[in-house]
Amino acid sequence: MLYRRNPQLNKNGELVHLLSIEGLPASILRQVLDTAENFVSVNDREVKKVPLLRGRSVFNLFFENSTRTRTTFEIAAKRLSADVINLDIARSSASKGESLLDTIANLSAMAADIFVVRHSESGAPYLIAKHVAPHVHVINAGDGRHSHPTQGLLDMFTIRHYKKDFSNLTVAIVGDVLHSRVARSDIHGLTTLGAAEVRVVGPKTLVPADLAQMGVRVCHNLEEGIRDCDVVIALRLQNERMSGALLPSAQEYFTSYGLTRERLQWAKPDAIVMHPGPINRGVEIDSDVVDGAQSVILPQVTFGIAVRMAVMSLVAGNDASE
Amino acid sequence: MKILIQGGRVVDPSSGFDQLADVAVAAGRIVSIGAVSSDFHANKTIDAQGCVVAPGLVDLAVRLREPGHEHARMLQSEMAAAVAGGVTSLVCPPDTDPVLDEPGLVEMLRYRSEKLHQCRVFPLGALTRSLRGEVLTEMVSLTQAGCVGFGQADVPLPSLKILLRALQYASTFGYSVWLRPQDRDLGTGVVASGPLATRMGLAGIPVAAETIAIYSIVALMRSSGARVHLCRLSSAAGLDLVRQAKAEGLPLTCDVSIHSLHLIDTDIGYFDSRSHLKPPLRQQRDRDAIRGALADGTIDALVSDHSPVDEDQKTLPFAESEAGASAVELLLGMALKWAEADGVALRRALEVLTSAPADIIRAGHAGPRGGAGRLVAGGVADLCVYDPYPEWVITANNLRSQGKHTPFSGYALRSRVRWTIVGGTLAFEA
Amino acid sequence: MSAIDSDALRAQSAVDAVRDMPTLYQALLLGVGALCRSDTHLVGIATGGAWLAERLQSDLKLSGEPGVLSSAMHRDDFAQRGLAAREPTRLDFDVNGAHIIVIDDVLYTGRTIRAVINELYDFGRPASVALAVLVDRNGRELPIQADVAAVRIELPVSKSVALRQDVAGELSVVIKDRR
Repeated sequence: MLYRRNPQLNKNGELVHLLSIEGLPASILRQVLDTAENFVSVNDREVKKVPLLRGRSVFNLFFENSTRTRTTFEIAAKRLSADVINLDIARSSASKGESLLDTIANLSAMAADIFVVRHSESGAPYLIAKHVAPHVHVINAGDGRHSHPTQGLLDMFTIRHYKKDFSNLTVAIVGDVLHSRVARSDIHGLTTLGAAEVRVVGPKTLVPADLAQMGVRVCHNLEEGIRDCDVVIALRLQNERMSGALLPSAQEYFTSYGLTRERLQWAKPDAIVMHPGPINRGVEIDSDVVDGAQSVILPQVTFGIAVRMAVMSLVAGNDASE
Repeated sequence: MKILIQGGRVVDPSSGFDQLADVAVAAGRIVSIGAVSSDFHANKTIDAQGCVVAPGLVDLAVRLREPGHEHARMLQSEMAAAVAGGVTSLVCPPDTDPVLDEPGLVEMLRYRSEKLHQCRVFPLGALTRSLRGEVLTEMVSLTQAGCVGFGQADVPLPSLKILLRALQYASTFGYSVWLRPQDRDLGTGVVASGPLATRMGLAGIPVAAETIAIYSIVALMRSSGARVHLCRLSSAAGLDLVRQAKAEGLPLTCDVSIHSLHLIDTDIGYFDSRSHLKPPLRQQRDRDAIRGALADGTIDALVSDHSPVDEDQKTLPFAESEAGASAVELLLGMALKWAEADGVALRRALEVLTSAPADIIRAGHAGPRGGAGRLVAGGVADLCVYDPYPEWVITANNLRSQGKHTPFSGYALRSRVRWTIVGGTLAFEA
Repeated sequence: MSAIDSDALRAQSAVDAVRDMPTLYQALLLGVGALCRSDTHLVGIATGGAWLAERLQSDLKLSGEPGVLSSAMHRDDFAQRGLAAREPTRLDFDVNGAHIIVIDDVLYTGRTIRAVINELYDFGRPASVALAVLVDRNGRELPIQADVAAVRIELPVSKSVALRQDVAGELSVVIKDRR
C-alpha cells in the first residue's frame, strides 16, 4: 500500500497516531502545546487525576528498555484514569521468537486503545501503526535514530513557556546529533514552529554536513555555535561513540564541546539550558550548569508528563478508523 | 511442433531488422523470417497482429531460491513467472542454500530446471567456497557442470588479495567474474547515505563504497587480465569509472536493475520495506546518470534482479527486513517505460534485454551456449511476442512469483507478454 | 395552530425576552447578591460564565478575582467530541469548606454543570454550591436546576442560545439556528 496521506492523520486531518513531528502542521503542534497547558495545572491539584481516559487501556510496548520514559508515560496515563499495562519485550537478535506482527495482533485482540512503542529500529512504529486494529492509536516513544516526538513536543513546550515567541529565537543543539532521535524531533519542531535559527554543534563525525538539508546551520565550533543564542540543548554522549571510532574519548569531547559556566556566557545572558536526560555530568555538561540558574532541565520533566497527557487525550479523542 | 507467427512486427536488435514479417519455427529453430515456404505446415498458428515479435528476454539476475526452497516449489513458480514475463534465458546468482560451489549442485539445478520445460537457466558458480572468501572453487569442474561465470552475489570479499588471486585463476581459463562493486566495510548500511538517510535515522551506504570497489576491481583487472561483469551499478560516480575503464579497452561489462532505473531514495516513503534493496536506491542525479548510461551503451544490460522475499521477512522494521523484490515479470514493461519516457528507440530498449545480455553470458567461456538473444533464420527459436498497448496496474495479486513484494506496487505498466517460445516450444500463452 | 407555527411563536417570544441585556444583567445581579454571604466565592464557567462573574465580582464589590472553572476535564462527551483546549480552571482559594456560587451564561442540558461540579471536587469538599445563570432554557437531561436565573425561555431543539462579547466588551444574548 502506498501511503497517500500522512499516516498520523485521519481523513479529517486530526491526529490519530503520533509517530514523528516531521510532516505535522504547526496547528497540530500548537494544539498539543495548548492542551498540555491545561494538564500542567492538573498536576498542581490535590487530586491529580481526570477521568478523560477512564475505561481505556494504554499498553507500553518497550522493545528497547527505558525505565525513565516508560515511567513518565505510565504516570501520564494514570493521571488520565487509563489502565496501564507494561510489556517489556526485551529484544535480542538471537531470540527472535514471536514475530513483531504476531505480538501486535495478539495485543490488539486484548482491546488495547493506545500503544506506546519504543523500538531500536527507525521506522518500527510506522509498521506497527499500519497493522494495528482500526481503533487503536500508536504513540512513538522513540524509534532508533529517527524520532522521539513526545520529547520534541515537551522541549517545544518548555521553550514556549520561558521564551513565548519562537520567531525571534536562536536555538543551538549541541552533541551527537547524528545518532539522536531527540535532536531530529527538536529540529522538526523548531523549524515547523518558526524558530528564527536552529544550529547544530559538534565534531564532523557526529554532526555531518548533510544535516543542513533539514533546515539547520551546521557548526563545528562550540563558540560559533552558541554565540548569542536563546536556548542551548545539550545532548547525551553515549559510550558506544568511542568504540565506533567516532570520538577518541569523553574527555576530549568535553574539552571542545562540553557546556561549562564560562562557555555558557557566549550565549545570551537569559538563555535557557535544556537536556533530554539522562545527564552525563562532566561529559557534555558541567555540574554547575546543570544545577545553575539558567537550567530548566527539571521543569522539562514536569512538562513531559503534561505533554504526554495531552498527546494521549488528543489522539484518543480522534477517530482512528478513517 | 511447427509454429507460425503471423503478422507481427519483428524486431531483432542485433541486426537492426524491424519489419512486419511472419516467423516460422520448427524443430527448435527459426526456419524463416519473412516469406514462409509454401510447404511449411504449422501445427499452431499465432496471430501476432499488433504485437511485437522479439528475441526471448535474457535476464542476468534472477534468484530462483533453489537449492534451498524445494519445499515451497519455488523453482516452478519463479520460472513460470519468468516465462510469463517473456524471459527465455536467465542467470541465477550462486547465493543459494547450499551455495552453488559444487558441480553436483549445479548439475542438479540444471536437471531440475530443464525438466520443467520453461526457460533456460544459466547458473553462476560461487567464486569462493561457501562464498566465504577464503578458498577458490573448482571453476573448471563447475564450468563443465554448466556455470557461465563466477561471483560472490552480495557477499563482499574480505580482502583484495583474495580478489586478485580469484581474478588471476579465472582469467587462466578465460572465465568471467561477476562482481557487485561494494566495499565490505563502507557497505554496511541499509539505504543510500545522504540527507534522506540522515533525516530518517537509517544507516547509510556512501557512494564511495561503490566507487572504491570499482576502482580496486579495475586496477586488479589490469594486472590479472580477467574479464569482469559488474552487477547492479547504482551511482553516477561509479558509472564514470566504468566509462574510463571501457575507454581504456578493458574487458568490462555492467548491468543495472529496473529498480535503480526508475526509483530513488525518497521512494522509501514511510519506511516501506519493499524499497529495501541491494544496492540501495540512490538520488535523482544517480538515476539520471543511469538512464543516460543505459541509453548510450555505458551500461550493457538491464536486469530484473528478481529476489522474491516472503511476507514474514518483509513485514519487519526497515533495517531488519530482508532486502529484495519480485521483478522478473516487470522487466519488459519497465524497459519499455524507460524507453518511452526518455525517447529511446525500441531497438536499444530491446537490445539491453536480449542480444547484449546474451553476449555477456557467452563471453565468459569457450563455445556458444543457447540463449541466442537474436532472431536469425537457422538460429535457436527463443522468442517473446508481446502486445505493447494494454495497460495494467501492478499489484501483489497479479504477480505470479511467490514473493508478492515490489516497490512498483500500484504502478501502471503498458505491454503484456502474449506468447513465450523457448527452443521452439510454446512455454507460455496468456 | 401547526407545530411549526407554535415553535416560531415561542422562538420569537424568547428573542424578545433576551433582547434587553441590561435588564437581564440587573436581574442576575440582584439574584446573586441575595445569595451572597460575606465569605461567598464567585466562580464563572469558561468562557461565558467567566465574563459574567467578572462583572458581578466588581458590581458586588467583592475583593479579589472570581475563580474560573473549565468543564473540559470532566465532560461526558470526550469520546465523541475529543478534547478542546480552552481556558483552564483557576481557583485561588481553598475549596474545602467554601461557599461557592457557580455562574454560567446558559443552563440547557445540565451536563456542563455536572462536569464542573466534578471538577470542583478535584480541589476539595465545598460547604455549599449554588448555581446562578443568565438564561435558563428548556431541555434538561439531568436533575440539575439553577438557584438564580435572570430569564427562563422555551426554545425548539433546532435553536441555540449563547452569550456573545463584542470587541468593545459589550455582552449580548444571541439566539440562532443550530448548525
